Amino acid sequence: MPGACSGSALRASACGGSALGACAHGGSALRADALSRLFRRRSGHGRDASAVLLALLLGICTLPVAAQDLLIRNARVHTVDSAGTLDGTDVHVRAGRIVAVGKGLAAPGTQVVEAEGRALTPALFGGVTALGVEEVSLEPSTVDNVYTPAVGASPQTALPRPEFDVRPAFNPASMVIGVNRVEGIGFALVAPGAGGSIFAGIGAVARLDGRSEAFVDKSEILIIDLGSDAAAMSGSSRAAQYMLLEQSAREARPGNRALRDSDYQLLTAAGREVLAEYLGGGRIGFKVDRAADIRQVLAFARRTGSRAVIIGGSEAWKEAAALKASSTPVLLDALTNLPGSFDQLGATLENAARLHRAGVRFAFTQSGDATHNARKVRQGAGVAVAYGLPWEAALAALTHSPAEIFGLGGQLGRIAPGYQADLVLWSGDPLEVTSVATAMWIEGRPQSMRSRQAELRDRYRPK
Amino acid sequence: MTRSLFLIVACVLSGTAAIAEPWQSTYVPRASEATLIRGATVLDGTGRRLENADVLLRDGKVAAIGAGLDAGDALVIDGKGRWVTPGIIDVHSHLGVYASPGVTAHQDGNEMIDPVTAGVWAEHAVWPQDPGFATALAGGVTTMLVLPGSGNLIGGRGVVLRNVPATTYQAMKFPGAPHGLKMACGENPKRFYGGKGQAPMTRMGNVAGYRQAFADAQHYRRQWQDYEREKGSGSKKSKDKDKDDKSPAPPKRDLRLETLVAAMAGEIQVHIHCYRADEMAVMLDLADEFGFKIAAFHHGVEAYKLADRLAQEGVCGALWADWWGFKMEAFDGIWENIAFVDHPENGCAIVHSDSSEGIQRLNQEAAKAMARGNQAGLNISPERAMRWLSANAAKSLGIADRVGTLEPGKMADVVIWNQSPFSVYARADQVFIDGALVHDRLRPKAMPASDFMLGQPGAEVSP
Repeated sequence: MPGACSGSALRASACGGSALGACAHGGSALRADALSRLFRRRSGHGRDASAVLLALLLGICTLPVAAQDLLIRNARVHTVDSAGTLDGTDVHVRAGRIVAVGKGLAAPGTQVVEAEGRALTPALFGGVTALGVEEVSLEPSTVDNVYTPAVGASPQTALPRPEFDVRPAFNPASMVIGVNRVEGIGFALVAPGAGGSIFAGIGAVARLDGRSEAFVDKSEILIIDLGSDAAAMSGSSRAAQYMLLEQSAREARPGNRALRDSDYQLLTAAGREVLAEYLGGGRIGFKVDRAADIRQVLAFARRTGSRAVIIGGSEAWKEAAALKASSTPVLLDALTNLPGSFDQLGATLENAARLHRAGVRFAFTQSGDATHNARKVRQGAGVAVAYGLPWEAALAALTHSPAEIFGLGGQLGRIAPGYQADLVLWSGDPLEVTSVATAMWIEGRPQSMRSRQAELRDRYRPK
Repeated sequence: MTRSLFLIVACVLSGTAAIAEPWQSTYVPRASEATLIRGATVLDGTGRRLENADVLLRDGKVAAIGAGLDAGDALVIDGKGRWVTPGIIDVHSHLGVYASPGVTAHQDGNEMIDPVTAGVWAEHAVWPQDPGFATALAGGVTTMLVLPGSGNLIGGRGVVLRNVPATTYQAMKFPGAPHGLKMACGENPKRFYGGKGQAPMTRMGNVAGYRQAFADAQHYRRQWQDYEREKGSGSKKSKDKDKDDKSPAPPKRDLRLETLVAAMAGEIQVHIHCYRADEMAVMLDLADEFGFKIAAFHHGVEAYKLADRLAQEGVCGALWADWWGFKMEAFDGIWENIAFVDHPENGCAIVHSDSSEGIQRLNQEAAKAMARGNQAGLNISPERAMRWLSANAAKSLGIADRVGTLEPGKMADVVIWNQSPFSVYARADQVFIDGALVHDRLRPKAMPASDFMLGQPGAEVSP
């Protein structure tokens, strides 16, 4: 129904509907699972008009109409802050931000959600994904996050392109985003994938509520692929990867005229400019697993003054002291424990627990189908707990730690005054595989808990 | 064709009745002591749940299950607060044929030189030192079907293995278990061969490929029948013609067609990789045309659209809990797939892995599927969902008379969990195969590790 979102008639009639009180007339109480219960009706002939309207309202038109003020009452609030977990606690949201966390809060005129003691967490980080830039992995026409010059392309085209930036290709309406958002995933790194060179390109953190300006300022990261996975992009040699990396860095170094004026340039002028920015204190994500590569990366970051983020890091636990000393964070897959390659001989399900004990900052991502199944990060966090990670630390690695890694630690990932009201209410323990997200808000706006998969489910639900 | 003719052909094809079948299992159950697990919550795999129950293992078999069993000379394990289940059976594994580390030399799962390679057997490529066997055991997996990959229309024979550490695959081979035949629908075969400009290039080509292969097998079967008939009347003929009493020469053996004849004879369980509901229906027609029975559709992300038909035809769905979207034929995946396939009378849902990571936590996959089914309004208990991991899997492999449930007389494949296995935090404390303790989390040094992990940096990391 194109155009429906801007229609004020729709807005008026939606607000007039009494089912939800979503427009905050007089603080009508809303059970948090009312949305999902409402939609549990069978679709098809039986679906009434208000439900359709609601789907439109919540699924498509969240920006103009939904309330940004709310009071969530009586939740088990996992603050991911020094306050820890607070039972029987209220969270007051005004203009999309958390303004108070405490017991017995009053907010006259504000829509109230009764949490009935259930767990409330910050919205989760979905990991390193291609959300919004990949619809069907094996259909090239739907995949936009990989820069792979065609065979036979001009030498210029085939140059390494650190300046390749996935952001302009982002499609906030991708159904893959909706499928993951209903699982409590509120933000994720939208990253370039391995392409034709060790420089995958630039990604950034996106908010996943369907907004068109999805990327968060200053969350950019340049992704570089190293290690055995990247051998084919670098003359089949790990040594050549470092050679190319060093040469690129030298080309980009301001004032290095000799190299820049040489006949053979590895990077384009734009590439040199971009790389110079990142080397001058930007965030560079290095996809590496082996301890020796982690050491190389740390040395490179020290030499160039860049801020390294380790992505993968199967053997990061072995370099925990160096990671801690250099304040280098790790994005890891908690489910990696097999030597998938010779770079991962030290992979263990205790990686997260060991990094935590050493005081290394880390966040969860996952390497299975990181995009379509980004929602699986939650399971990885639970498994990490089963293998020695404290529960609170596991939740932090899904919320505040990734926010901090991308420079958003003051805005996202905590339930505390001043933070964005990106919140998820859960049916049970948020890390448990049998729990589901029952309600979700991003900047205080209620999110639809239906995805395309819910439509399919309801069409084929057994009678 | 009558059953007796089948038998004649089968007999001929396997040499003569007097010669032992080649490629025999050399598996021998390990020495075990009688063990009584006392006072546990037992999910017996038949759909029953027993509280505070005892399970007695003796001589490698489940001897008794109930309350207040007499331990006699048995070793007693305290099951209080713990859960006991049958060993988990994965019907879709590539352990050993796509072993870790995933180096070129370990790519032994897809003989993609021809769309029909029914003559190859996965067991001839199984590397028993794949570290994935031990990590699967830590997840409670005691039996698995190792299959060829899905690159071909008819990929070859799969083998049922006992998950015990061994130097040879023969020592893992499940004695007397039928082979599985791996077939594949859809995108994979047509993508690979079509991309090379050869058949199959389309789904039409896929089906023509299966049909021609089975038609060839029918012809081959007839040749052997004719030969048998001639041989039977051979002596008469020679008298008439006054020639020597030479028997007629047997037709040349064709390993491809032998496999297909055996599948048509019901001696091999047919397992078909097939995602879309419409393609499953096509394969059911194919099975009708050539008179074979499909044991299970694997992956089947759209099986929920055909759940009633699958139940009516007695075909199992071996499925993931949450994989979807990585290719077009996986676009309609939903969480509730397993629960919906389980729902009809005679529905046969199986949780499978196809993954060295997934096989380590099939219990969690079942937990996810159960929770989503219940959220969709079904009423699925853990004891019912347990069947997806054991009894139903055993049925599709043709070994339900020996494993899959904890009933007296069954092989004593048993897992003791530290809590409900339907939790992300659950760990398998002890795993028994044929009554022998093969994994004991509390004694890590006694746990199996592959030769490959010995002396490796990181070998000290367990798990």
